[in-house]
Amino acid sequence: MLKINDLHARVAQNDIIKGLNLEINAGEVHAIMGPNGAGKSTLSYSLAGRDNYEVTSGTATLDGKDLLDLEVEERAAAGLFLAFQYPVEIAGVSNMEFMKAAVDAQRAARDQEALSSSEFLKRAKAACKQVNLPLNFLKRGVNEGFSGGEKKRNEIMQMILLEPKISILDESDSGLDIDALKIVAEGINSQRDGERSFLVITHYQRLLDYIKPDFVHVLAEGKIVKSGGPELALELESQGYAWLESYDRTAQDGEQ
Amino acid sequence: MTDQLDEALSREYEAGFVSDVESRTFDPGIDESVIRRISAMKEEPEWMLDWRLKAFEMWKTMPEPDWAHIDYADIDFQAISYYSAPKSMDDRPKSLDEVDPELLRTYEKLGIPLVEQQQLAGIAVDVVFDSVSVVTTFREKLKEKGVIFCPISDAIKEYPELVQKYLGTVVSQKDNFFAALNCAVFTDGSFVYIPKGTRCPMELSTYFRINELNTGQFERTLIIADEGSYVSYLEGCTAPQRDENQLHAAVVELVCLDNAEIKYSTVQNWYPGDENGVGGIYNFVTKRGICHDNAKISWTQVETGSAVTWKYPSCVLKGDNSVGEFYSVALTRGAQQADTGTKMIHLGKNTKSTIISKGISAGKSNNSYRGLVHMGKGSSGARNFTQCDSLLIGDKCGAHTFPYVESRNPTAIVEHEATTSKVSDDQMFLCQQRGLDPEKAVSMIVNGFCKEVFKELPMEFAVEAGKLLEISLEGSVG
Ligand SMILES: Nc1ncnc2c1ncn2[C@@H]1O[C@H](COP(=O)(O)OP(=O)(O)OP(=O)(O)O)[C@@H](O)[C@H]1O
Ligand SMILES: [Mg+2]
Repeated sequence: MLKINDLHARVAQNDIIKGLNLEINAGEVHAIMGPNGAGKSTLSYSLAGRDNYEVTSGTATLDGKDLLDLEVEERAAAGLFLAFQYPVEIAGVSNMEFMKAAVDAQRAARDQEALSSSEFLKRAKAACKQVNLPLNFLKRGVNEGFSGGEKKRNEIMQMILLEPKISILDESDSGLDIDALKIVAEGINSQRDGERSFLVITHYQRLLDYIKPDFVHVLAEGKIVKSGGPELALELESQGYAWLESYDRTAQDGEQ
Repeated sequence: MTDQLDEALSREYEAGFVSDVESRTFDPGIDESVIRRISAMKEEPEWMLDWRLKAFEMWKTMPEPDWAHIDYADIDFQAISYYSAPKSMDDRPKSLDEVDPELLRTYEKLGIPLVEQQQLAGIAVDVVFDSVSVVTTFREKLKEKGVIFCPISDAIKEYPELVQKYLGTVVSQKDNFFAALNCAVFTDGSFVYIPKGTRCPMELSTYFRINELNTGQFERTLIIADEGSYVSYLEGCTAPQRDENQLHAAVVELVCLDNAEIKYSTVQNWYPGDENGVGGIYNFVTKRGICHDNAKISWTQVETGSAVTWKYPSCVLKGDNSVGEFYSVALTRGAQQADTGTKMIHLGKNTKSTIISKGISAGKSNNSYRGLVHMGKGSSGARNFTQCDSLLIGDKCGAHTFPYVESRNPTAIVEHEATTSKVSDDQMFLCQQRGLDPEKAVSMIVNGFCKEVFKELPMEFAVEAGKLLEISLEGSVG
């Protein structure tokens, strides 16, 4: 599925990702935790191909396909989805027309038959219900006037409709009340089918209570400094990141 | 993204072909004899010629306006030909079978089939090719309801009382430089009369096409909605792609009598010139309507073409409780310049006006909104609401807003809101991450920005306008 090998990436002349390795197999859920500014969002933007996020070396492949060689929209059509930490508004463009255009574009890029309007509408309504947003959200402008929590649920709705192979969720749990957190977690869980994979970026154990990750990684200073099972998240929750510093240093020393 | 946007600002202008029809075209230049010849070609009555000559005398003394935020090479009025018509129109075709097939093909290529059976049900079309009206469809059917829809040159001969009563009453001969010129040399255009209490049974539309090189198009439209009637009218325009600038100076007058309503929509797609500002239409247009008691005029315009646009569709709200509306989308790109807006002149009591203007600038274009809201002494209880939004694509273009308010009545209320925004990198990235290519992404964002105006267009045309924007934006991202 997703293979990242010795990835280096820079933003505005700053090296942020410095030799990151990660392999996610089909059906797996990986969580990435790490302090503010560690490079978690930078990693997701680099994988998605955002402008100004320059990969200087390393590789990233999705099912063997070189992601770094593709345009942003081609990576999306290849099955990479990013739920944004801060979703933006597009005034006047309804959620419905936006998602219809997105689904149509991706299906066309994959040589799949276009969905009929009625089939799309059916799926859109179901997805909307699944994340517990009223149906009129389909008619409202993309994120236009949505509350913070509604925006996050809207991202999950888009993920459900696009059925990506790998979903990167950048703090989809932040700013959510307890009920919304459950809804988002259930939304994600409903998509776990043994084939599709997830990379969940979070600061909090509480999301991982609902989404049981197969692996937990700690990202600090641009690389993965520790990996483990779900128990690692619990340790981090009680001890913070400070105790990891020694691992970090050992890792760096080891390289020299 | 800005770099991407700057790249490849070359767009395909789909309507840019030239039709191969043999034309009878006047030599360039203007003097009294030219006006006499135009009038003679049209077999006009004496009063019409006198009216033209009077306007010509006025025009000669008037200065060309220079207050607009546009910059263009001096127009040499002696280098323009003031009349051109396909030879096949010498004997006016009586029916479509007699129309030159090349002309029919021209309109088919533009997506406007003239054969009635092939047309969108419920739309009658008058097509004007250079200086003449080629054909007007559904004329007979409309007549059954008493609706008159015909070329204005026919109306001058067939309905002289109506024309004489209203022509020049909304836009006078000396209104402005370009209007005066139009009065002197106008060649064709549409005439509409809707009788009392009649709802026009179909949409009326006029399609203007400039084909011949170095000719100006000076069309004149007069729409009269008698008491309690309703009509929806649409105009569209295209021209071939040429390196020379061409002048289009039209006048449109709307007379909206008591309790009547006129909805006037424009989709303007004249050739805009290339990225460096070579070629394109100079579009200097005077459009104005007068509303009597309880009458309503609604202007909706989607302006994507022309090298230079100078255009202010306006409403004189003379009658009490009358309503004026102006909904505008103006898109400029490449080196295009638009200075457009409206004037709402509130004279009657409790008159209401709404102005929604959406300006989109890309490339190194300049887009200005210029609007006047005038509250006269007698406009007690009048209200205006103006909303003026600008959207910038890239960082080399300009958006400007020039709102003018004159209030002579303390009870009148004027509200103005303005915003400027950019197509942001965040929005582009969101769209692309969801699978849209950059062009589709921009056109989607721009369409969303224009939504409030598009919803005012008749259904079929709203779709057209959306597509037109999409084509116009092609190549505006790298
Ligand atoms: N456009 C930019 N210009 C300069 N620095 C940037 C830019 N984008 C990100 N950075 C820097 O890169 C580093 C990593 O940022 P990133 O957003 O990836 O962190 P994060 O791990 O997602 O943090 P958080 O937990 O706060 O979301 C930060 O120091 C940030 O300031
Ligand atoms: Mg982040």
